[in-house]
Amino acid sequence: MNIKELAKRINNKDLMVSGHRTCSGCPIGIISRTVASASDNPVVVSSATSCAEVTTTIYPQTSWNMPWIHSAFANSAATISGIEKAYLALKKKGKITKEINFLVIAGDGGSFDIGLSASSGALERGHDFVYLCYTNEGYQNTGAQRSSATPKGATTTTTPAGINSYGKIEYSKDLTQIAIAHNIPYVAQVNPYNQIDMYNKAKKAFEKKGPAVLIAYAACPTNMKADPSQTIAISKLATESNFWPLYEYEDGKLTINYKPKNRIPIEEFLRTQTKFKDVLKEKNKEVLRSIQEDIDNKWKRLLRQEELSK
Amino acid sequence: MMKNKTAMTGGEAIAYALKQIDPEVFAMYPITPQTPIIETFSKYEANGLVNTEIIRVESEHSALSAAIGASAAGSRAVTATASQGLLYMFEVLGIASGLRLPIVMPVANRAISAPINIHCDHSDSMSAIDQGWMQVYCQNAQEAYDMTLFSLRLAESVYLPIMVCIDGFFTSHNLENLETYEDNLVKEFIGEFNPKYNLLDTDTPITIGALALQDSYFEIRKEMFDAFLDVKENYLKISKEFKKIFDKEINFYEDYYAKESKTVLITLSSTAESSKDVIDKLRLENKSVGLLRPILYRPFLYEEYSKALENAENIIVLERSEGPGSFSPIYKDILLTAYNNLKHKPKIFSYVFGLGGREITQKDIEDLLVSVINNKPKKERYIGIKE
Repeated sequence: MNIKELAKRINNKDLMVSGHRTCSGCPIGIISRTVASASDNPVVVSSATSCAEVTTTIYPQTSWNMPWIHSAFANSAATISGIEKAYLALKKKGKITKEINFLVIAGDGGSFDIGLSASSGALERGHDFVYLCYTNEGYQNTGAQRSSATPKGATTTTTPAGINSYGKIEYSKDLTQIAIAHNIPYVAQVNPYNQIDMYNKAKKAFEKKGPAVLIAYAACPTNMKADPSQTIAISKLATESNFWPLYEYEDGKLTINYKPKNRIPIEEFLRTQTKFKDVLKEKNKEVLRSIQEDIDNKWKRLLRQEELSK
Repeated sequence: MMKNKTAMTGGEAIAYALKQIDPEVFAMYPITPQTPIIETFSKYEANGLVNTEIIRVESEHSALSAAIGASAAGSRAVTATASQGLLYMFEVLGIASGLRLPIVMPVANRAISAPINIHCDHSDSMSAIDQGWMQVYCQNAQEAYDMTLFSLRLAESVYLPIMVCIDGFFTSHNLENLETYEDNLVKEFIGEFNPKYNLLDTDTPITIGALALQDSYFEIRKEMFDAFLDVKENYLKISKEFKKIFDKEINFYEDYYAKESKTVLITLSSTAESSKDVIDKLRLENKSVGLLRPILYRPFLYEEYSKALENAENIIVLERSEGPGSFSPIYKDILLTAYNNLKHKPKIFSYVFGLGGREITQKDIEDLLVSVINNKPKKERYIGIKE
């Protein structure tokens, strides 16, 4: 499938329509529309409290052309568990006959932090659903506070720069590896700059029997204080710098889908976002070095994981 | 009508009612003293006696969340809890009611932390009286069985969730006589559940749980509040059906000589059942004393209660929960009943007993009643506390 065909498919399905209130340059629309379009069956969505939720369902309007429920922040995976089991029970009784796919859409706060035990539980129980986390690296909906997905060196409103601070001091949590540890059929990192890769992975995720996890890099121009027209360009740098590698874990086998020939220094990626302004200062060069080292180590580990699963 | 005489604990009786209901989804998470319910039901499932899909979740927050998903998907969904489990669900309680999902949730009443304590009091469910759930309180295993069946219909009639409360250990774990009904009669009573909207109707997609702002939130919440106004009528209607099929009355409360008595004790659940012996004894001594035992506690039907308190000069509200910095909940409801619905001005006393499973004896209750009858009421408000 080429990009034109993909665009046509997404537009024909039109599962999430325009008119929503996401910020300029926000990739939530691209990510949600692309992923949902990859299902051949109708999709039912459970959404966590998040940017995607508040911007798309301001009563009495909705952007969703598929059944959609929002319950709370931490429980989107528990909610989909109930929906999926109700579906199985009603199917057993003959009250429903068609095939339906189930999708969670949650941000990093709802996935890395408050919703982690609920999603871990749902993955462990083996429900047949796709968990889509879009990480915009913090609580952007409430004004850019720190989450465990916030990268080291990022300033947020709760880890601001100051005389004694360059921003967040901890590395981000690796939710992708946590998902893999659940030994589920499919886990993948996606990035909207490579929409075809994202679509193909979503298709696999829906087709797998059992839980699948997609974690999407979602640049937030509003709170990274970047030019909204540069979302996709910034997203591309995330992968070219190995900050956000494209890889998938399928039935026990890990594959890196794209290996940059010359990975760019992390500085080039960080420079596109004002939230990293302080860590790029000369006095913080040791911090910057540690960030680069962490990225390179994680990349080496991925290569080893790929090698080991061959 | 065929009634099967057997013996079960309160927890097993609820599980048996749930087996006969055979809900599509049961989301379960263990907590003492609720566990007999989910353990008994799990055995039914293991032996192929139910069609239910069980979800063995990782927390109570997820238990109710899964029930919310299942109910929104158009299925019958249940869960069960107690104590910290109920408090852990707290956030989602209001979502279940706000989304108007008729979930049935048995609660084996237990004290709340801190200090941690696994024994009976009513602080757990009483802390949730304003979350948009109906509540019924059962005196024994039989009533727990009956009210589980009844509550399902009541919830589905008004699209509100309901807690079916039993006393932890006293009822959940004690073996009692029980009469169960034939499966086919239960099926006839509960009928089919076909909600107006459901998430699995992918041809007509709906959005549930939208963001409602200043222009609409108030009205949407009011619709939920208003649903409580329809409970009384539906309760009466479903009671008639219950009576017709099972030959048993389901009332808002039990009036045990209350209406004709000058001194009325108001208390819940198993304590109320045991208090009836005390009432009998005192009545043999020609004391004008009765018991008013709330069954349906949310909504609280103030006018109905006033009918049973017409002749009461002394009302003793004896509760297994406290309202720190205020008063216990039933006491406040009885004060409102008296203020708004009674022409005379009875004396109303508030006593708290039995927190954390502290024993109360029939003698304690007798002493309390006699003290009030003799116009020398015991010092308010704690009964059975070490001085």
